[in-house]
Amino acid sequence: MMSDWIPLWLHKLGSPPTFYRFAGTLQPWALTLALLLGAIALYGGLLLAPADYQQGDAYRIIFIHVPSAWMSMFIYAVMGVASFVALVWRIKLAEVVAMESAPIGAAFTWWTWDARLTSELVLLFLYLGVIGLYHAFEDRRQGARAAGFLAIIGVINVPIVHFSVNWWNTLHQGSTVNVFGQSKMAWDMLWPLLTMTLATKFYYAASLFRRARTDLLDMEGGKDWVRKTAEDEADR
Amino acid sequence: MSALQHFLAMGGYAAYVWPAYAVFFIVLIADSLAPARRRRRVLRELRARLARQSARQQRQPPPATPSA
Amino acid sequence: MNRPGLGTACAAMLRRDLALAWRRRGDIAMPVLYAVIVATLFPFALGPEDTLLQRIAGGVVLVTVLLAMLLALDAMFASDIEDGSLEQLVLSPQPLALLLGMKILAHWLATALPLIVIAPLLAAMLHLPGAVIPVLLLALLLATPLLSLLGAVLVALTAGTRRSGMLLALMLLPLCVPAVIFAAGAVAAAQQGLPWLAPIAWLAAALVLAVVLAPLACAAALRIALDA
Repeated sequence: MMSDWIPLWLHKLGSPPTFYRFAGTLQPWALTLALLLGAIALYGGLLLAPADYQQGDAYRIIFIHVPSAWMSMFIYAVMGVASFVALVWRIKLAEVVAMESAPIGAAFTWWTWDARLTSELVLLFLYLGVIGLYHAFEDRRQGARAAGFLAIIGVINVPIVHFSVNWWNTLHQGSTVNVFGQSKMAWDMLWPLLTMTLATKFYYAASLFRRARTDLLDMEGGKDWVRKTAEDEADR
Repeated sequence: MSALQHFLAMGGYAAYVWPAYAVFFIVLIADSLAPARRRRRVLRELRARLARQSARQQRQPPPATPSA
Repeated sequence: MNRPGLGTACAAMLRRDLALAWRRRGDIAMPVLYAVIVATLFPFALGPEDTLLQRIAGGVVLVTVLLAMLLALDAMFASDIEDGSLEQLVLSPQPLALLLGMKILAHWLATALPLIVIAPLLAAMLHLPGAVIPVLLLALLLATPLLSLLGAVLVALTAGTRRSGMLLALMLLPLCVPAVIFAAGAVAAAQQGLPWLAPIAWLAAALVLAVVLAPLACAAALRIALDA
């Protein structure tokens, strides 16, 4: 029934050995693109872009702060979708993608968080909860389903938290830090920002591919394709 | 001030900007090292298990070839 | 054998859990005692200056009550998991969500209601102006069942695991934040003489949604955790 509407290659991709090969081929490219784009973005942001009229050079944080914040939310969304797929269709690969995304997302979220960004702290707790719950189960697949369920609850919760924290900020006249920065940004500042955003996405893909491949080896330990891979591959 | 010094000083905000960038890259490096270690460990355990299995099979005469 | 009607089953569930809670009524006292201790210590920690205490009173009472509830939340399904009756419940012909709803209600009655009863005492100890106390009680009446319902889903998720209370607290915190913000916001608004109905309305809306959805989510979570 599934292959009626999911394209055939997507269905094939769900098979662990196919994904293992696919991810293995793509991973070095993704990492290279991430490093390359990152270097270009940093060159543009740190060297080429002029100092800000009001904040001087301090504003240059945004070239990593904004992409980091976007990644923290993007990865959470990916985790939510993958968990949904995993719970509804019980696809092993979806479980792996969801659970292996969590630490990467948590890393970005932790970096993004500062004292004024309460929603990022809440997001961090959501990530840590998912990771903690996943590891609390003996059966990894059951753990992935439980943690995935929690991730989905979190996805519903995040907009609610945003809304309530905004209301709280207006109530207490705190410093509302607009994570997305000024809406009108000079092109000199904008293009390094966007480039870095793209770079972090490629980094996420590379890191995810790496983690997912290892996780698949671990999960499918008894299968033939794993045995063959362990024998063939050099220890890299 | 040379151009490099100017760059490093970040208009006086060096103490704010550079540690932030440093932590950012440390976090990413830590994030990329962890899976590498895990991968080596998983492969090591797999090979150890396979070695034990084949040693066991050599000790006993193998039954009819099991289907894959 | 005749299947008992839905109403009968629900009433039986409620009666059972309340009876069990009553037998362990020492346990009911724990969260209450904890709340009283915290409320007592705050003036000692901060000094008796009235203005300071008044400013924080509403927030402190709310957070204290919620923390006390968190302590008791873990026990919601614990004894039933241990003696296997929870699995029996999952297998029973009655809709699981409704039965779980009854369990959550019983738990709320046993843990949150005593806290709400002593809340005026806590507020008085922290010098909260008397006029604000009704709003505080209303906020607690809406926020505590919300927390029981959301907490139940999380407790269900950890049902089969070697549980640590810390994990549950970690999981619960993000869900608490909106409830705390709106409840405390209502109390703060009332204290400043500003309209406080809006946050209360949001809490009420959230509660209605939770009453409908949380038992269903709890049933799904339990099935995942018990691997049914």
